[in-house]
Amino acid sequence: MTTSVSRYTAEYQTLAPTLPGHDLPWLQQLRQQALAEFSVQGFPSPRAEEWRYTNVSAIEKKLFAPVAKLTGGAIDREWLTSQQLADVWSVVLVDGHFSAELSVLAGLPDSVVVLGMADALAKQPDCLEAYLNKGVNNQEHGFIAFNTAWFSDGVLLHIPAKLALEKPVQILHVATHAEALISTRTVLIADDHAQASVIETFVGFDNAYLTAAVTEVFVGENAGITLTKVQCESAKAYHFGGTYVKQARDARFTHHNFAFGGLLARSDIHTDLGLASECELFGLYLGVNRQHIDNHTRINHLKPHAVSRELYKGVLDDRARGVFQGRVIVALDAQHTDSQMNNRNLLLSSDAEADTKPQLEIYADDVKCGHGVTVGQLDEKSIFYLQSRCIDEETARNMLTFAFANEMVDKIKIKSLHDLVLEQVLLRFPQEGVEKNWL
Amino acid sequence: MLSIKNLTVNVNDKQILKGINLEIKPGEIHAIMGPNGSGKSTLSHILSGKSGYQVTGGSVTYQGKDLLAMPPEIRAREGVFLAFQYPVEIPGVSNIYLLKAALNSIRKHHGQSEVDAMDFLTLVKGKVRLLEMDEKFLYRAVNEGFSGGEKKRNEILQMAILEPKLCILDETDSGLDIDALKIVAEGVNSLRSPERSFVMVTHYQRLLDYIKPDFVHVLAHGQIVKSGGAELALELEEKGYSWVEAA
Repeated sequence: MTTSVSRYTAEYQTLAPTLPGHDLPWLQQLRQQALAEFSVQGFPSPRAEEWRYTNVSAIEKKLFAPVAKLTGGAIDREWLTSQQLADVWSVVLVDGHFSAELSVLAGLPDSVVVLGMADALAKQPDCLEAYLNKGVNNQEHGFIAFNTAWFSDGVLLHIPAKLALEKPVQILHVATHAEALISTRTVLIADDHAQASVIETFVGFDNAYLTAAVTEVFVGENAGITLTKVQCESAKAYHFGGTYVKQARDARFTHHNFAFGGLLARSDIHTDLGLASECELFGLYLGVNRQHIDNHTRINHLKPHAVSRELYKGVLDDRARGVFQGRVIVALDAQHTDSQMNNRNLLLSSDAEADTKPQLEIYADDVKCGHGVTVGQLDEKSIFYLQSRCIDEETARNMLTFAFANEMVDKIKIKSLHDLVLEQVLLRFPQEGVEKNWL
Repeated sequence: MLSIKNLTVNVNDKQILKGINLEIKPGEIHAIMGPNGSGKSTLSHILSGKSGYQVTGGSVTYQGKDLLAMPPEIRAREGVFLAFQYPVEIPGVSNIYLLKAALNSIRKHHGQSEVDAMDFLTLVKGKVRLLEMDEKFLYRAVNEGFSGGEKKRNEILQMAILEPKLCILDETDSGLDIDALKIVAEGVNSLRSPERSFVMVTHYQRLLDYIKPDFVHVLAHGQIVKSGGAELALELEEKGYSWVEAA
């Protein structure tokens, strides 16, 4: 056991009575199991195949501490409003604690449950006993076990059968404290034939802190969830975010993953596909300076006739490193699987690095599966073409890079969210006199 | 307008242009013809500032300035326009966006304010009609998925909107059917003015049936081997390039 792992586990006994749901025996047992798992495993090691490009020893060397609930006032309201999308219900978590005061939930249909996880464990323990941790496996790696043991709050979102939520729900994670450990667990449930769009936004003040967030998603029969993650953590922050999805028969799941922030950021997006279900995994990662951005996806085709589409794009500048590991597993029973996975990387500097590893594991014999990977640079012919049309070289490079990235932004259907992400991408690749409606 | 004096150019240490001399006055149309590998495209690339060429001697003066000293975008803003032989596809950048960015770069270069949005649309839509294009083209990515003819027409559309002083057409007629060629030629003819000059680089005489040049030059083995009036093109058509190449 490394020092930091033993210190975390030693301090856990003091922390445990303050964690939500400590009076629920099933959760207590779950947390203790996870704690034991974490004390054995520690944080993931690059020796593990699925972490081979990402070394988290920098996280191990530090000791992050949970932050007590803020009483409000510390956050500039104007700034917060700028992070909240227009026309959504928004749930705000500050340093890992749900803030009823900052959240905007007026007008939610009565049948829809949106609660902070601590409240939900008090008010809806049966629902959570049925779902919590059913979408993840604590043995998968240390961050998941860590999150299960440590989560201080989070969100429960439960959409009843046949209800199509008319507005998206934004879950806004705000990190305000230096050295903070922010561990949240979110459970999203769409019952049969329900439909919803959910946005997870991660923002933080200019500090070093650790986010360890796990989201479990249960998409019921013929239900649909679109989940968008916008990771704009501080440039000094460490981020682990795992999204683990269970798709029932005919369920649809679309994930947009925008990884822009953090010094070291890792996302897992894993989904288990039921009969004739569909998933789309889209991602865009933009790395600058010494950023390390790792995206790990796993698509489990467990049943026949499911369709999966995946496209991840990366733009890496300076000494940034981008990692894409995409696994598609087609089980013996998953005949007529239709799967396509692509990863494209654009390197803007000779010191930037892209590690890409698509993996297909096919056990069925009647399937259509493909994958493609590219790592390249900007096309000099295109740069000259734009220069010959009066555009200076730097702007030409920005235009082309932006165009490469914008394909992923354009896939967002919610206008306010689209504009928010577009803003972020334009910040990275500025172009004078751009009219957004022409992009 | 343009004065090329004893220009010699290498590509990878191999001499491609071996002393080109050419004087172009405002309002003139010059056709440069020649067989494959004669250096036609090199000449148009050199004038527009494409990298990968080494100028080993001579000079190019454009409106009294040293053209070769300017980066490509400055040449373009000063009024030099190259219509590409193979226009490049730029996925993700719409035509209208490129046009506006280009036009504003020119205006900024000349100390003018940005173009008014309404004026711009009126201008662009007028030129689109002139070239018998669909307005939807404006909102599509530059040249992406365009047919050969559409790409060439798009080059002329850009030219019509940017209103350059020196237009270099690099094999604009290649790969065009007769209807597309007529539209392109009409577009070019509509741009003729006493202040605007054209250099048309072409392999075929056919283009010159629709755009009548003032001068025809024959380029072979990196040199202008023969110059004359429009009638020279007809003579070439009749006798073939071997006639001048042998000379």
